[in-house]
Amino acid sequence: MGAYIVRRFLQSLIVILGVIVITFIISRVIGDPVALLLPPEASPEQRAYLTKDLGLDRPLYLQLVVYVGKVMKGDFGHSFRHQESAMKLVWERLPASLYLSFVAVLFAIGVAIPLGIISAIKRGTIIDRIGMTLALFGQSIPAFWAGIMLIFIFAVQLGWLPPSGYGGFKYVILPATTLAFFVSAATARLTRSNVLDALDMDYVRYARLKGVPEFVVITRHVLRNTFITIFNIVALQLGLVIGGAVITEFIFSWPGIGRLSLESIYSRDYPVIQATVVIAALIFVVINLLVDIVYIATDPRVKKN
Amino acid sequence: MFNKTSADLSSVESPEDSRGSEQRLKLRKLSRRIPKGAASIILVLLLCAFFSPWLAPHNPIEQNLGAALKPPFWQGGGTMDHLLGTDNLGRDILSRIIYGARISVIVGFVGVLLAGAVGTLLGIIAGYFGGKIDAVIMRLTDIMLSLPFILIGIAIIGAIGPSLTNVVIVLGITQWVGYTRIIRFEAMSLSKSEFIEMAIISGCKWWRVLLVHILPNVLNSAVVLATLDVGKMIIIEAAFSFLGLGVKPPTATWGGMLADGRLYMTVAWWTVTFPGLAIFATVLAGNLIGDWLRDELDPRHQLKV
Repeated sequence: MGAYIVRRFLQSLIVILGVIVITFIISRVIGDPVALLLPPEASPEQRAYLTKDLGLDRPLYLQLVVYVGKVMKGDFGHSFRHQESAMKLVWERLPASLYLSFVAVLFAIGVAIPLGIISAIKRGTIIDRIGMTLALFGQSIPAFWAGIMLIFIFAVQLGWLPPSGYGGFKYVILPATTLAFFVSAATARLTRSNVLDALDMDYVRYARLKGVPEFVVITRHVLRNTFITIFNIVALQLGLVIGGAVITEFIFSWPGIGRLSLESIYSRDYPVIQATVVIAALIFVVINLLVDIVYIATDPRVKKN
Repeated sequence: MFNKTSADLSSVESPEDSRGSEQRLKLRKLSRRIPKGAASIILVLLLCAFFSPWLAPHNPIEQNLGAALKPPFWQGGGTMDHLLGTDNLGRDILSRIIYGARISVIVGFVGVLLAGAVGTLLGIIAGYFGGKIDAVIMRLTDIMLSLPFILIGIAIIGAIGPSLTNVVIVLGITQWVGYTRIIRFEAMSLSKSEFIEMAIISGCKWWRVLLVHILPNVLNSAVVLATLDVGKMIIIEAAFSFLGLGVKPPTATWGGMLADGRLYMTVAWWTVTFPGLAIFATVLAGNLIGDWLRDELDPRHQLKV
């Protein structure tokens, strides 16, 4: 078990390194920072000076090594647009993204897990079909359209909730619901299939044969054994949502890292783009790693091997 | 002389003629259970895409400011001339939706083809060779999975410029991961099977084993995954167009229509409702067909997506 965790940890490190290298490549594709930083009428001497100052005259592999070294220390350089370090900008916006993602995942859990469980228990009935149709709908609605329609109905028509902005709980309801659509769909489907798998297990059959009441079979045998898998599903969704809320944040003017990165892309502020991508990937990888560790720490069958 | 091992063996077991009729019967059975509603939506979509100049009542990019923001025909002020109303520049919404289908169909199919080809190829290579090659490809998929791909896509398109080709390329290089993971698994168990060993013993070159013996056996899964992916591709393209990073205006795209309409939704609900419904219906139909194909081709549900 210890060896497995070490191996997974090393794998995660490699993944993060790979992500950093990819952000380096993308920054080179995006364009020449000298041309971005200097006005077009700058003299060749000024250009040469800045090129040297930014280290762009060195060979590419050396630039990469320097870049990776700096990023490992959390230094992405200064934002081109704001007089602040890119890392600090991302750091300031991160809480808003985390807040939105947590609420979205909570909304999704509240709807999707009961839906998945009930659909599995009532397999093949009308309840199951309605539940799975709802999940399919959630999966097929583009998030940005869902967001627009939610604003139209609840902010414009009914006037119950603010259309955009950042503030108290009522500001988070619409963006979180938008994000929750897709999360709930995936969670409901996966929960259902996992509960179905558990219902097929021998221990469930034996429990029923023994005359254990159905309610106890479900709660004590089925749900207890699927809990870990469901927890996994939810955690992984959370990892996806934190970096994947770009468009939702854009529509609702939510001050998170998604909107920050979008603004940075429009203005080619690539230290900030790099910082956002690396941080989002880091969060995803860490959550994955933790989920794996929790999984093997709680599943006695894994411990033996 | 043993080059055609697998084909020879199977034709010994079941003579060619009876296998043909068996397959026809299978096909007939398959097509009988196709979800009819979903199939009709896809049919309408394809008709719109191929015959848009004949089906659309108006030129999709022709502006008529005198007829701007006309409501659909059933609402006061609407006319039969513009069945679904007009946008802020007086362009006919229905015609723009019909023309927009072209972009969605191209992106959906070409994007899936590209991503599916890359992913399937990497999958069979990883699964067949195993060892270091497998490890490298698997770390690459880990890296791709942890990247917030919408951000990466936006960054790349921001750099190389928005166009239909570039959107499809970005979809191809970011969306192959799902195929690789599942196809690798199948290729792995296939390469341990007897007919592959026979092929290798009989002197089959590695590329021939991959393309002639393994590839046809994983195609079923690849097709199921691809079908389930078409909707995702269409949503991503619409998201790019929505952010102004897809096909350039004034070309009609569903995502672009949503972006235009968003600014006028308080006075003209139809500008955001109908394009969104078009995306939703298309994606829903794609998902339904994908689910149906999976049930038919993969009855044990190994492809949990």
